[in-house]
Amino acid sequence: MTEPAALSVHSLSVSFSGRPILKDVQFEVAGGEFCALIGANGSGKTTLLKAILGLVRPQSGEVRIEAGAGVARIGYVPQKISIDPYLPLRSRDVVALGLDGARWGWLRRSAAREARVQEMLEAVGAVDFADRRVGQLSGGQQQRVLIAHALVRRPRLLLLDEPLANLDVRSTAEIVALLRRLSVQYRTAVLLSAHDMNPLLPVIDRIVYLASCCAVSGKADEVIRTEVLSRLYGYHVDVVRVHGRVVVIAAHEPEEIRAALARDPVHTAQVP
Amino acid sequence: MYPLELIVPPGFLANEPVRTALIVGAGAAIVSAVVGVFTVMRGQSFAGHALADVSSAGGSAAFLLGISPLLGFLGVAALAAGAMEWADVRDARERDLVTGVMLGVGLGVTALLLYLGTIQGSTSGAAIAVLFGSMFTIPASIVPLAIGVAGVALVAIAVIYRPLLLSSLSADLAQARGARVRRTGLVHALALALAVSLAAMTVGAILSTALLIGPAAAALRFADRPGRALAWAVAIGWAATWGGILLAYDSFYWTPGHGWPVSFFIVALIFIAYLLAGLARWRPRQPALRRPA
Repeated sequence: MTEPAALSVHSLSVSFSGRPILKDVQFEVAGGEFCALIGANGSGKTTLLKAILGLVRPQSGEVRIEAGAGVARIGYVPQKISIDPYLPLRSRDVVALGLDGARWGWLRRSAAREARVQEMLEAVGAVDFADRRVGQLSGGQQQRVLIAHALVRRPRLLLLDEPLANLDVRSTAEIVALLRRLSVQYRTAVLLSAHDMNPLLPVIDRIVYLASCCAVSGKADEVIRTEVLSRLYGYHVDVVRVHGRVVVIAAHEPEEIRAALARDPVHTAQVP
Repeated sequence: MYPLELIVPPGFLANEPVRTALIVGAGAAIVSAVVGVFTVMRGQSFAGHALADVSSAGGSAAFLLGISPLLGFLGVAALAAGAMEWADVRDARERDLVTGVMLGVGLGVTALLLYLGTIQGSTSGAAIAVLFGSMFTIPASIVPLAIGVAGVALVAIAVIYRPLLLSSLSADLAQARGARVRRTGLVHALALALAVSLAAMTVGAILSTALLIGPAAAALRFADRPGRALAWAVAIGWAATWGGILLAYDSFYWTPGHGWPVSFFIVALIFIAYLLAGLARWRPRQPALRRPA
């Protein structure tokens, strides 16, 4: 990548009341790159994203956003939020709030604003439900609206916190494809967190892997290898190619379940 | 006889207590409806009710001291609202508990002050006025202050309008976007204190919740954009208040010698509006509200 880094994180450490969450995390995301932030539950993915947004104060290290971009130029889609079905906001209103919803004062309307909102709704395929209350949409539809909300100011960096959680296979595929297209179309670097990397393998340029509070990052084809992933996970992982697609399989899953069953006191009491 | 007199009885508008009730009532209804829409959207209905109950301590203290009850309601409600925002309890369950405890303390102090009032003997009727309102006994001298309070509350809401909408969608999202979420919350809480104080002056501290939550809840049943929700809530609250005043005035003729309380009619009309709003939303063929899987 010849472009300057859209995001660089330098030896970032965050701890909450003495407990280290992130330790010496270091990686870069180049302009326009599509990057997956992978890690188990509780590995600090959300904390890392919040540190990048400036909502969490790091103990040490720094986060640099591309010069001239500034924190205001980051788009953000939060982790699954539950929206009240009675909230009087249509998809269109949510996208419009993406333009200047943080500023004081009354909502202003203008033809130029409405054109930008309409264009964004078209880009994410949300025109069909643009005039419905956002709280009444399905999870996949809400995700599209929130992506439009995040992108309407054309940020150079888009952060998404577990955007694929709670989506079925089809919606997952649609959202992944949409994000990849938008990333290319708007030349926006994307950093999205997920605990399962499989649906993302066809589109990602780079992986940041969070494990036991430190991060490893690399080009996707350098990281998605049996020996690299096995070392990161701390147990054997197979990277296999079937029908022209790459799949990551944790071979230990059946053993993990057996071990968990053996540890479960109720289960051991019932089964001799 | 003008046709209008079939609805508006003769002498209605010439009567000074009625005029005062109409002006103060309209102000309370408009501000309560506007603030109420956001209070409901933020899921703070219980906090709104608690604030009103706590403010009754100020109202009853004002009766005891002989100052304007509006000042009493205002002072205590604003203090309580500031304290609630300052404490900044994020956990919903804990916030409910803290709110509930505060509500109890406020009403307990009210009970003491009202009791002291009855011993003094100078404030008979204070209990009813503070808790359930007494619109036809509002002194005309209060009108400028009431209009000022209403104006400040509406301007405050206009200033925080966009961040309020954004943070009712998601506080996380608003914060990430750089919205001043805490400042917005504080201004909303103070506007809530102003709305509740005005409403307490008209329908009483306990019933002020009806004026705050009722019109907003009815409007949110069918309005699908913020501006319309606000307009409908204002229309419902205002119409119910003036309708209630009119009916209460008429009730002097139904049961000669004593009229029915205005607060009862206002609350009844708001309840009817809420039921009608449910009908307006009802569509026979559409499935029930679809929640994301």
